[in-house]
Amino acid sequence: MIGKGDRQHRAMGEGSGQGNSHGVGCVAGKAKSSWSAMSHLPQRFHDWFAARGWSPRDHQLAVLDHAAKGDSVLLVSPTGGGKTLAGFLPSLVELAQGAKRSGIHTLYVSPLKALAVDIARNLEAPVAEMGLPVSVETRTGDTPYAKRKRQREQPPDILITTPEQVSLLVADPGAAHMLRDLRCLILDELHSIVISKRGVLLSLALTRVATHAPQARRIGLSATVADPDALRAWLVPAGTTPAPLVLGQPGAPPSIRILKSVERVPWSGHSALYAIPEIYAEIKAARMTLVFVNTRSQAEMVFQSLWEANDDHLPIALHHGSLDVGQRRKVEAAMARGTLRAVVCTSTLDLGIDWGDVDLVIHVGAPKGSSRLLQRIGRSNHRLDAPSEALLVPSNRFEVLECEAARQAAKANAQDTQYPSVLKLDVLAQHILGRACAGPFAADALFAEVTGAWTYRNLSREDFDKCLDYVATGGYALRAYERYAKLKRQADGLLRLSHPRLAQSYRLNVGTIVEEEMLKVRLAHVKKRLGKRVVMGGRVLGELEEWFLSQLAVGDTFLFSGEVLRFEGLDEFGALATRTTSREPMIPSYAGGKFPLSTYLAERVREMLANPKVWVTLPPQVRDWLSLQRWKSVVPKANQMLVETFPRADKHYLVAYPFEGRLAHQSLGMLLTRRLERKGAQPLGFVASEYALVIWAVRDLSLLIGNGRLDLAALFDEDMLGDDLEAWLAESNLMKRTFRNAAIIGGLIERRQPGLEKTGRQMTVNTDLIYDVLRTHQPDHILLRAGWDDAADGLVDVHRLGAFLKRIRGQIVHRALDTVSPLAVPVLLEIGRESIYGEAHDALLAEAAGELVDEAMWLV
Amino acid sequence: MPFSPKPQANSSTRPCGLSRTHKIGLGGLEFLPDLSGALYAPDFKALLVADLHLEKGSSLARRGVHLPPYDTRESLRQLRAVIAAVKPERLIFLGDSFHDGEARQRIDAGDLSELRALTGDFPTIWIAGNHDPEPPEDIGGGIMGEVALGPVTLRHEPRALGDGELEIAGHLHPAASVAQRGHRIRCRCFVADTRRLIMPAFGSYTGALGISSAAFAGLFGDYHVWMLGARAIHRFPAGKVR
Repeated sequence: MIGKGDRQHRAMGEGSGQGNSHGVGCVAGKAKSSWSAMSHLPQRFHDWFAARGWSPRDHQLAVLDHAAKGDSVLLVSPTGGGKTLAGFLPSLVELAQGAKRSGIHTLYVSPLKALAVDIARNLEAPVAEMGLPVSVETRTGDTPYAKRKRQREQPPDILITTPEQVSLLVADPGAAHMLRDLRCLILDELHSIVISKRGVLLSLALTRVATHAPQARRIGLSATVADPDALRAWLVPAGTTPAPLVLGQPGAPPSIRILKSVERVPWSGHSALYAIPEIYAEIKAARMTLVFVNTRSQAEMVFQSLWEANDDHLPIALHHGSLDVGQRRKVEAAMARGTLRAVVCTSTLDLGIDWGDVDLVIHVGAPKGSSRLLQRIGRSNHRLDAPSEALLVPSNRFEVLECEAARQAAKANAQDTQYPSVLKLDVLAQHILGRACAGPFAADALFAEVTGAWTYRNLSREDFDKCLDYVATGGYALRAYERYAKLKRQADGLLRLSHPRLAQSYRLNVGTIVEEEMLKVRLAHVKKRLGKRVVMGGRVLGELEEWFLSQLAVGDTFLFSGEVLRFEGLDEFGALATRTTSREPMIPSYAGGKFPLSTYLAERVREMLANPKVWVTLPPQVRDWLSLQRWKSVVPKANQMLVETFPRADKHYLVAYPFEGRLAHQSLGMLLTRRLERKGAQPLGFVASEYALVIWAVRDLSLLIGNGRLDLAALFDEDMLGDDLEAWLAESNLMKRTFRNAAIIGGLIERRQPGLEKTGRQMTVNTDLIYDVLRTHQPDHILLRAGWDDAADGLVDVHRLGAFLKRIRGQIVHRALDTVSPLAVPVLLEIGRESIYGEAHDALLAEAAGELVDEAMWLV
Repeated sequence: MPFSPKPQANSSTRPCGLSRTHKIGLGGLEFLPDLSGALYAPDFKALLVADLHLEKGSSLARRGVHLPPYDTRESLRQLRAVIAAVKPERLIFLGDSFHDGEARQRIDAGDLSELRALTGDFPTIWIAGNHDPEPPEDIGGGIMGEVALGPVTLRHEPRALGDGELEIAGHLHPAASVAQRGHRIRCRCFVADTRRLIMPAFGSYTGALGISSAAFAGLFGDYHVWMLGARAIHRFPAGKVR
């Protein structure tokens, strides 16, 4: 194994080519290599490995072995396993043998654009040192036109690129020429890409690659996943044998602690500010710490609090997706140089390049999923032999349970199950237009090709034809646009693009990532001129969501980029803000945790709750809280769902504890209030947390349940996912949002038009208006279906809700209480939390919270 | 799961209903705002409608943006609903009724006959707008540059007003927003002071422009807005909205 501090020789491409390691390499040590595979490794490679005191790992040789037979293969290996080299090794070996060929030999696809340059640089070392006749080039959205043009004429042996670029490549009329001698496709970070629409689009592009280069094998590289079989099937054409699985060597189990704070752990909220002194002490004791949080607003808050506690002037930085790219690069460079002591960051540092020698990962707030926690912990101590160090800081009492559940799951290396995304009609529409850009095609042949993707294996011909019709003329029952069709039928029956402008527009709009509408935030100077304040724009600090900025009035303060800023207004370039001396910002009110609690962790939390024997492992305050719950109400068994009803002030409350995540609870709340309304309970409102749901009403809910007028089993019956759901969704803003995404991905609305870069704001017609009109006049339109599918999948969590309702059938435990129970306090505190401004409300809330807690903790 | 939300009976994408509580006064006349964005002048039994933008969908379709081709149908349906509720005796369109000069050629036969039925049922005036400087002549009704309604002039684009001049115009597609409990709510609106009233756009694909944008600068003194909510019209003084 590598010697300590020998960073130069760290294996390249753990996971994703973590790359400030300076060479492609492998880890030295005792290799137990199979001879058959060794025989595929030429002497030149052996010598190169040996010269560095390294030898290839088993899984690298196993991949080589499969490749030599021309087989596709899935390599699943933890971070730090030398995965990327395993992917490239077969190609380097083949290219070293120098068979006469032309065109691209190997296409490497990674979801992270920033990695491309890094990977290419890391490949250069072995290529140069072994004197291999191999050319390596990158191609991303930033690659200049001249270079692309040259790549078309003189393709490199190895092209390193992103999924969107593969779509563009196959939409090029010269694709057949460039890909004719392709031997290998390497798909990195496969676990992360298959769960998104990017993966769906990539799977379609792969069907085109397969048509041009049926001989090309595929190598999938993935972090550890719960269900590798889905990836094995995804990787190869539908109906063929799933790709064989090669497993990397597992790393040392991580060492995970949970902060045992001397402070009171709050009842609710997500800020974890109570623990700042303790977090600061940990940072001081470590060499380099990554502080992960779940949202950008949390990052801003934690950063600011740390800065105030920073009596030793430690170099601490902030890194999140809204910050200006230049600023982020600076932070990354400082990390790589080792000049920082801590970085507060969001998921922007989840994947990718290993920027520095991190020896501690602190996770503020619950990690929401076991896989995410493992991924983040993997950022520390990037070596297989040494355990990663991590500290979890729960931000409220339920999160203590969740952190404990996550700790146990991570210890067992248990992964959350995430399913590949399949059969997206809007993505298919984009692919069809791309196919037309490459040249005339036959509908039958394209259908056969598309259903060759595992993701579209169940696509019906009817839906395919509808998509095709949609691409051509919009797919409307009123055939108004035949003369403006994008696809025209030629005399030979093939379909072709009606105008070259459409290909140009396709190239500008390719991809499935629909950004929130963002506005740049610039630091402004205020000058007095003739007694008037004149605001002048300055340097860009970053970007914020337009909806957030539109909430602000001039003079409002907010936390951004680690500073308290005063909003000065909008101009044609975006928002203007000035620095302020105010220390009490109005904080961006993003929803608490951005990620939903994974089903797997939820199950563990329920089990822990149900088993008082394990409570001894919990901090005393939490233990007391649960014990009191047992006294005052009941602690549900793992398979049960507890429902409590109680009066408070002049209202009546119902609290349910499904533990299915905020998203599912929100949907459940919408549906339950509709039903309660029909039952005459007169519900007034509801609030959902990650763990529970509270509904308040005018009528006495305990009484209604007690006298049988309200049947809980009927209230929670699965049939709510039928008409109720459909009726609610059709009117909700959620549908409008998913419809907008589908309209953009499906090409109804162009994000960018040739010659003028349009922003979302200037889009031709507001998609809400289109949604309304379409819903009234053609409710079965394909884009409405696409929007519906996405809403059901992503925003509403219909599948999870369905599984939940099935699980609790006959398992509802009801308690009618006189007052609020301890378990109910956190979710009740969420009421009204969605819009807190300034200090006055905070004081009110604190006051209200105090009352509530007292009430819940009374023993009799 | 197939997506087939049946629109409720009588549902329309933009609700209609004459306000019982709000009246907008101008030059001693009273005007009643309708939830749909139309305006009723009871003294003249006239229904005023601004910025229909018929055939905006097909106009964009020529450039390959295939928006649902139902916007004209939807706008006319809305119009029929307002007429049925308000029961006016005449119709006045304040310009930009047609999205472009070729709208007449692209309009669907069914929609065209509906349009002709309207002008047959009611005396109609089409005021010319910048999108339709020459509205089609073969659909019935008269074409004018401006219309005087007592002391008030109806025209498409607002103009600099002389002493004692009053106008009702369209063209600007006004919208306003208010902040409440941390949420900013934005709706189309009527804007008026004592001399001028600007109507919201009626057409189903028409966007809207915030009243704090430069286009509105200098048009109003101390004004109010009447915001078109989902179920009711809400009136706010200028200071409350942007």
